[in-house]
Amino acid sequence: MNWTFFHKLGSPRWFYDLATRWQPWLLAASLLLLGTGVFWGLVFAPADYQQGNSFRIIYLHVPTAILAQSCYLMMAVAGLVGLVWRMKMADIFIAAAAPVGASVTFLALFTGAVWGKPTWGTWWVWDARLTAMLVLLFLYMGLIALRSALEDKDLVAKASAILVLVGSVNIPIIKYSVEWWNTLHQPATFKLTEKPAMPPEMWIPLLIMVIGIYCYFAVLIFMRMRTEILERERRTRWVQKLVDAQEPGAGR
Amino acid sequence: MSFTTFGEFLAMGGHGLYVWLCYGVGFAVLAGNYVSARHARRYTLRVLAQRQRREAIRQSEVNRRESESEA
Amino acid sequence: MSQRGARTMFGALWCIIRHDMRLAFRHRQSLFNPLTFFVMVIVLFPLGVSPDKAFLAPAAAGLVWVAVLLSMMLSLDRLFQVDYEDGTLEQLSVCAQPFYLIVLAKQLAHWLLSALPLILLTPLLATMLHLDAAHLGVLMVSLLLGTPIIGLIGGIGAALTVSLRSGGLLISLLVLPLTIPVLIFGAGSVLASLDGLPVQGHLAFLGAMLALSITLAPLATAAALRAGMSG
Repeated sequence: MNWTFFHKLGSPRWFYDLATRWQPWLLAASLLLLGTGVFWGLVFAPADYQQGNSFRIIYLHVPTAILAQSCYLMMAVAGLVGLVWRMKMADIFIAAAAPVGASVTFLALFTGAVWGKPTWGTWWVWDARLTAMLVLLFLYMGLIALRSALEDKDLVAKASAILVLVGSVNIPIIKYSVEWWNTLHQPATFKLTEKPAMPPEMWIPLLIMVIGIYCYFAVLIFMRMRTEILERERRTRWVQKLVDAQEPGAGR
Repeated sequence: MSFTTFGEFLAMGGHGLYVWLCYGVGFAVLAGNYVSARHARRYTLRVLAQRQRREAIRQSEVNRRESESEA
Repeated sequence: MSQRGARTMFGALWCIIRHDMRLAFRHRQSLFNPLTFFVMVIVLFPLGVSPDKAFLAPAAAGLVWVAVLLSMMLSLDRLFQVDYEDGTLEQLSVCAQPFYLIVLAKQLAHWLLSALPLILLTPLLATMLHLDAAHLGVLMVSLLLGTPIIGLIGGIGAALTVSLRSGGLLISLLVLPLTIPVLIFGAGSVLASLDGLPVQGHLAFLGAMLALSITLAPLATAAALRAGMSG
């Protein structure tokens, strides 16, 4: 385990510089991947035998659903790291990830509901997976509400970490709910040990979208974390120099 | 190519409303996140710059008064 | 608080339970409020939806469970607020007994004061909702298992917001999503009973969640309380 890297990660300045350097490349990569995935999925992928063209919504629904869950897991890990090692970067990550995670969860629910109408004949059904995803959205919103209600930064960090860890019990319930109950929702498209049931022309753009959305997530997180770092470290020399160097009203 | 004409592409075999609604909202939400993050950064930079300028002015006032009282 | 018997661990916990109950009985009105709310919420449904037995009987379990959930949310900010504000909580956190157990004792007192009355009132309300006596037993058992879980998870929410003046609504926002599995299995057990299906699975799940909550929730609660007090 490279502990030097871990300790450097705890330094806001080191992270700021790293994020600033990587951001443009990640943005380019994510736009390329997302663009390719969407174009391929909409134009080139064959229509589904049973669902027709509404199947193409999968290229938005599955990546956002995957990201919604893994974002929460990342926050849980960050919460644990923040509680145990008291890294303030962990809380900065949670601050950045919460709103992004919430909007992606909303998108997963929305695309799922709209996809459900032509496929199952209904906008909404109260099965385990959809309900658990809705609960995930509530968990995100609760976390955001808690963070905005508390004043003291240390308390916010600890309280957020505790809340996220307690809520992370929900994630396994979502993941295995399809196996536990008979539901309307399809089983997972990607299984770690089996080949997917779809032909390659269908699942390759899906994979591209998943990777693309993770890259885009990284871009958003880096942007928000960098802003948060500037705010928290505003009394340090390097931030003051940076602020001076920026022209008023400009920002990259 | 799964569609022969652009019209077919837009219609999506009758499911056009659903597909384009999803992709439209999806684009809006994802792009909106980027815009919001950028806006937050600009706002923070502006506020920090204002505070620093005010602090600098205050500091130069203090220095001026100190040098006057010494003189 | 009486000094006598506070030297042993169980003596101290018993002291805390007695202390909380005595304090609560001094403000008897605040004990009745959640009860009244419970009854009112249940009454709203026949009035707002339909008084027919065909609607009420199958819905009764869920209605009772939702009303219990909401009533418990109301009484949650009383759990730590009073002790936080007058400094008792800080004293408790530094005394010789483990804070974890003190939290557990307070949770027990709170359950006795806010959940047990609701459970005792349930048979009356279930009859008003035309729930058969045969299924009432299942409802009672599910409530007996489920309400402590709600209280324990609610305690985490109350602890996270203890430093806020009016954290009541925020507590509900934080806690309700986490109690949804309890609601699903609690009401689900009665629904299974109505369908003639076995209920042991649902009740076993509730039991497992209860065991998990008793062991883990006070850890989170104690940590959140310490964070709130040092802030």
